Amino acid sequence: MIRAVFVAFVFLAASLVPAAAMNIERVVSPGGIEAWLVEEDSIPLIVMDVAWKGGSASDPAEKSGTANMVSSLLDEGAGDLDAAAFQARLEDIAARMSFSAESDNFTASLSTLAEHRDEAFRLFALAISEPRFEDDAIERIRAQIGVVIARNSDRPEWIASDSWYKTALGDHPYARAPEGTAETLRAITRDDLMEFKRRVLARDNLKISVVGAISPVELGPLLDRTFGALPEAADLPELEPAALPEGGQTIVVERDFPQSVILFGMQGLARDDEDFIPAFIMNYMLGGGSFSSRLMEEVRVKRGLAYSVSTYLSPLDRAAFYFGEAGTKNERVGETLAVVRRELARMAAEGVTQEELDDAKTYLTGSYPLRFTTNRSIASQLLGIQVENLGIDYVDRRNSLIEAVTIEDISRVAKRLLKPENLIVTIVGKPNLSPDPNLPEDGDMRPAAPGHPGDVPL
Amino acid sequence: MAARHWRRCRIIKPVRGRVPRLRYLAALPFAALLLAVGFGLIFGGSGRAAGAPPESFTLENGMNVLVIPDHRAPVVTHMVWYTVGAADETPGKTGLAHFLEHLMFKGTEKIAPGEFSRIVARNGGQDNAFTHYDFTAYFQVIAKDRLPLVMEMEADRMTNLVLSDAEVLPERDVVMEERRMRIENNPVAALQSDMSAALYGGHPYGRDIIGHMEEIAGLTTEDAIDFYARFYTPNNATLIVAGDITADELRPLAEKYYGGIAERAPTFKRDRAEAVWPQEDVRLERRDPRVTQATWLRFYPAPSHRKAPEADVPAFAVLAEILGGGTTSRLYRALVVEQGIASGVQSWYEGNRLDDGKFGVYGLPRVGGDLAALKNSIEAEISRLLEGGIGDEELARAKTVIAASAIYARDSQRTMAYAYGEGLMTGLTVGQIHEWPELVRRVEREDVMRVARLIFENNPSVTGELLPGDNS
Repeated sequence: MIRAVFVAFVFLAASLVPAAAMNIERVVSPGGIEAWLVEEDSIPLIVMDVAWKGGSASDPAEKSGTANMVSSLLDEGAGDLDAAAFQARLEDIAARMSFSAESDNFTASLSTLAEHRDEAFRLFALAISEPRFEDDAIERIRAQIGVVIARNSDRPEWIASDSWYKTALGDHPYARAPEGTAETLRAITRDDLMEFKRRVLARDNLKISVVGAISPVELGPLLDRTFGALPEAADLPELEPAALPEGGQTIVVERDFPQSVILFGMQGLARDDEDFIPAFIMNYMLGGGSFSSRLMEEVRVKRGLAYSVSTYLSPLDRAAFYFGEAGTKNERVGETLAVVRRELARMAAEGVTQEELDDAKTYLTGSYPLRFTTNRSIASQLLGIQVENLGIDYVDRRNSLIEAVTIEDISRVAKRLLKPENLIVTIVGKPNLSPDPNLPEDGDMRPAAPGHPGDVPL
Repeated sequence: MAARHWRRCRIIKPVRGRVPRLRYLAALPFAALLLAVGFGLIFGGSGRAAGAPPESFTLENGMNVLVIPDHRAPVVTHMVWYTVGAADETPGKTGLAHFLEHLMFKGTEKIAPGEFSRIVARNGGQDNAFTHYDFTAYFQVIAKDRLPLVMEMEADRMTNLVLSDAEVLPERDVVMEERRMRIENNPVAALQSDMSAALYGGHPYGRDIIGHMEEIAGLTTEDAIDFYARFYTPNNATLIVAGDITADELRPLAEKYYGGIAERAPTFKRDRAEAVWPQEDVRLERRDPRVTQATWLRFYPAPSHRKAPEADVPAFAVLAEILGGGTTSRLYRALVVEQGIASGVQSWYEGNRLDDGKFGVYGLPRVGGDLAALKNSIEAEISRLLEGGIGDEELARAKTVIAASAIYARDSQRTMAYAYGEGLMTGLTVGQIHEWPELVRRVEREDVMRVARLIFENNPSVTGELLPGDNS
């Protein structure tokens, strides 16, 4: 076949490690604050990404949404600047500053033109050290978040996600929406916001990455000026581990959408589990690898059941999930789920072929440099590596970790993870759950387990 | 914690270069509408720091080539843009341009069905494609040493596509699912469809890019082949490569892989009817039982970048920024901060069309708030701007923000390739795109007031209101 013409190009890309062109420096300020820096002078931009351990999962139950509210208020006035003045200053120098409360981490990002570096970092320091939390700003942000909460419940993707977490985790903090509920949002006071800032925005739980037109010598003192006023130690509550229930469930939330939104999930793996890298590769072959994945082939390409079907690992600090999602017209939901369950079972029983594994490796190793093409994305990668404690040499080691995985590793991890009988499935729409009669029976097309309080039990 | 959003978007709206500054926009169901901001906000060189414009040349068969060097990483973005889009479909066959875009992944004489993306992936690359009203484009992001591979494959599918019903029919189902996801499942998107139809009259910009459901359902393999044979020809295509490459390196590769493809159809010259703008204000009310929170939107007729006088184009962008760009804008200050009646409000100029553009404003009321008050306040702010003019400080700030977004755009080779491609496909020249920040810098107060009167005076608009409840 003439295909050989193209196959000739196909070879391992492992030699292409981003670090070949990229030098990550560990910069420690005179005051002892550490950051990872990639100096990059070809564009007059600087990006800084920051993470503090401690996110929305540490909100008290009756005040859930506190971390998120803080993330919305830090740039609403700080130091001697009220909200309007603060934001006008940011726009005058075209700096971009954002904060976000994730489950386990509170994150920040600052982008600035190199010529306005000092002023941008000064504003950032004010935001994290001296936020004003003024009453009018608090009430305005509270109202805006209230609209987000209300609008979320109109979105099928959000409903499916919320329903999944509630079903799987009950009242564990991970099951709560980061924005909180209308009720908990009302309960948050200025003292709660101050308390969160004091507990979480400290120096001993802080990771920083900086990329752009700045030297290590310049960055050191700047780190002290930016973070030096924070308290030395954070005070974080201990979070209980979250366990998934045994046995699967299917929850339908009836809404009048012509396309059902399907979210399915089960136990995943912690990021520091020794099987995480094999699981990561396995996921590529199952549903993470777009048109190279089995689910895309079976669900979309062969049967035209969905525009999108994918799976992904979601490791948190105290829980780990393995998720998948698809959207398909109501009539064919049962058929889609049957195909998904069958593919999970098939990979658990039979593993993968050597060719699939080889292809996955060449993609995952060869595409790694694509994550390091912009200052923005490099900063994000370096922060993630720090948050997961993977080590400053991880960028150099990472592709060899992928290369070392064998077909036996994949079989082991597939058996360990892929348990269709444990799938928790949430569906938003008006689904027909009966599988297509033309599909071969293989025992995995189990009907939904009965009886879940709340939405429609099946 | 929310489920991740859908990836692999095959229809995209123009990239918005600025991070949405308006709080909570990203969390809202129709944030996508704000992706529709013109090249004004995304684009340009920095004027001062960008240096020479990207080099371009034309192959003997008429294919245009543009090179945008960025040597930070050994990676390239390779794109082929065809001068044909959803607005070029014949009536009754809406959705055909986008359907063909999906089918371009189905194989050629040399590449088995589905293998195209797999070969790219095996080589560590990522690929995708997108369809808009005026263009369709295909791209790969890949290590520099694999550029010849993707060029050979892209050149191959320019003329050697092989389609059969076995591949085409399931893909038609996929496209219908895509439409359900984007429009039927999304009440704000459905409202915007109706509003675009009302704004553009019979002009094809009033149709959905993805096509009408019943017409998608009727598309055939033969339709796709005919469309392909008519429009996919090198004299109707533009190659853009951004990343670790120079013009000297690219030229021989372009000649080798694309230069040998013979013209197989005449160069496409468009002959579209003019938009028929509304003669009086139109108000569309849509009630939807799936919705609990109301949304207010308005579209005003506006010229495109191509059709507007040169001094007006950056002035439209500055006007959108001053009126409703970020948190210091007039609408945000008045409705969100001072009056407390909105949770979000924004305005934008969408000039990235070959024919006509639009100027948009939208607002979200607070929980329990009503749309009448929101609309009155927006209109009051517009009147205040028309009567009282604008200040030096807000003018300077808007220009700073827009010019800086040109520098931010340079961080991404993909963004740069997209911005130049979109500009070229909608009638701009490389020089005009490159000079954008300088044009913004020259905007004077009178320019902004002139285009404000153009938009807001004697210019009937289309207003859309999405409300909870039953449509019946």
